[in-house]
Amino acid sequence: MKALTPVQKENLDGMFRMLGKALLWTALLTAVVFTVFPFLWSLLMATHDRTTMFSSGLNLTLGDQLVANYHRLLDIMDFWVGMFNSFSVALLGTLTSLLFCSMCGYALAVFEFRGRKVLFGMMICSMMLPPILTLIPYYMVINAIGLSNTHLAVWLPFSINPFGIFLIRQYVVASVPKDLLEAAKLDGASAFRTYWSVVLPLLRPGLATLAIVQFVFLWNNFLQPLVVLTSSDKMVITQMLRSVQGVPNTPWGALMLGTFISILPLVLIYMAASKQMISGLTSGAVKN
Amino acid sequence: MTTTEMTDPTTAQENAQRDKSDRQRTFWHKTTPYWFMSPYIIIFGTFGIFPVLFMIYLSFHTWNPVAGLGTMEYVGLENYALSLTDPTLWQTLWNTFLMALYSGIPQHLVALPLAYLLVQLGKRARHWLTTAYFLPYVTSTIAISMIFFVMFSKESGIINQALTGLANGSLTGWAFGWLHDVMPLGWVQENSLIRYSVSFVVFWKYVGFNIVIYTAGLATISDELYEAAIIDGANSWQRFTRIALPLLRPFIFFAVTLTIIGNMNLFDEPYVLTRGLQQASTNGMTISNYLYRVAWEWLDMGSAAAISWILFMVIGLFTGLYFWFFGRRGLGGE
Repeated sequence: MKALTPVQKENLDGMFRMLGKALLWTALLTAVVFTVFPFLWSLLMATHDRTTMFSSGLNLTLGDQLVANYHRLLDIMDFWVGMFNSFSVALLGTLTSLLFCSMCGYALAVFEFRGRKVLFGMMICSMMLPPILTLIPYYMVINAIGLSNTHLAVWLPFSINPFGIFLIRQYVVASVPKDLLEAAKLDGASAFRTYWSVVLPLLRPGLATLAIVQFVFLWNNFLQPLVVLTSSDKMVITQMLRSVQGVPNTPWGALMLGTFISILPLVLIYMAASKQMISGLTSGAVKN
Repeated sequence: MTTTEMTDPTTAQENAQRDKSDRQRTFWHKTTPYWFMSPYIIIFGTFGIFPVLFMIYLSFHTWNPVAGLGTMEYVGLENYALSLTDPTLWQTLWNTFLMALYSGIPQHLVALPLAYLLVQLGKRARHWLTTAYFLPYVTSTIAISMIFFVMFSKESGIINQALTGLANGSLTGWAFGWLHDVMPLGWVQENSLIRYSVSFVVFWKYVGFNIVIYTAGLATISDELYEAAIIDGANSWQRFTRIALPLLRPFIFFAVTLTIIGNMNLFDEPYVLTRGLQQASTNGMTISNYLYRVAWEWLDMGSAAAISWILFMVIGLFTGLYFWFFGRRGLGGE
């Protein structure tokens, strides 16, 4: 065999590198198509009605049924009522959890008090507890205190998210200087005053992360609304979409339109702030 | 209160007053942490501790929630006995386990190499690709399952249409012609397929989350290690298996733990894909789905409570075994 000249060898190396790069990008972009396709497909289906959808053969053209599907959607469910309910549950729940989690996180970070370790241990245990396990007693407690079929029942139990409390505690420890708390104390500020006007403003990044986690969770939550919200004027959007699945001759085009609109708010927020959302939603897993 | 005047006759009275306000202050001072913790204590007590205790109590009773609390009746261990001998319970437990495997293992097998490829790229490209991969994690499981329910549809679903296309195509017909015999496939109607369909949706939704965790993990490994390995003559496969994988161990451990916990709780995806447990429910129902059915469709809260406890034991056992086998190594030196 003839030895390769250095130039030939370099060319061969370059070719291999090019090939490797091409393969790399093919793999990565295939994965992107694989990920995004269902979303695009649901949008495509939103422009079709049953007749064009059920025609055999692969059909990747846009239909002309978008407006008709919108009207069908409003016929089969109170779509915007559901959207509004989801929004109000997510917003109220998020705001309340910002207050509660920051209060508890602040207390755990700043004060030494009896029972602190016990509370800490309970939080860890409650994080391990599968939500389905407490679903039955949750439902009974809700009934017993007269909260059945209310939005409060859906978000209140999650307003003390132990993950959120930990997150805030870490933020207080890391980003609120001890001297500052001492100074506030010497100036005669009460603990609540210190929390409200000294600590909270410093916690903004942590609160933003927590807000993202809570909003996404509450918007997408299905299990608790399913057992608590029974009347159609209280139902959240995930519940409404699911419930029309059982209707005979389901207008799938209309339903795909509704599904697509229902994920749009989160997708839009995600497009605008993907970095913050990714780091927020994985902040339990990744320390940065 | 005026403490500026220091006249004798009022001193005693003032002292008493100061004492009182001091005591008040120390009271507030001592209880401050508890005031701050009160939302947690109250809400967790109501929705966390009480329910768990009540669950224990309830699992020894029969109770129909529609009939009210008065109909509760003590039955001893009957609920447990009934549940443990209930074949559906074991079937659904088995389903849950299989779906956890089918969706969990591919998730990590795909996420690890993809993350490894991602970190080779520049920051911008990495950011855009990660954004795309993470998108399913942000959207609701219900919405995603609805979309896949339509994609899996027997006659009009894109998956069956694409398979038919492959079977009819002149180039691909020789390889996929046999599909004619089985078409149309009822991905969500057939008991034999439902587990794979559900697992696929779960896989699709969470693979991006794992990619992000692994990319973050890989980013913590310094370039110097790779450079040293290149000098020692390691090829890229060796660099992946000898450097990246061992150093990723804590991240893998964490991600797999999340997958196990999440998959044992699987509810939304199978619920939607089996059309609210109406079809293919023998193999498609998870333990959580079954629990929901027993409690809210059959209104047998006592049995449901017993099932909950059995489920709790099973999850505890699995997590315990997992930590026992992998915990120390998984957590590394931490």
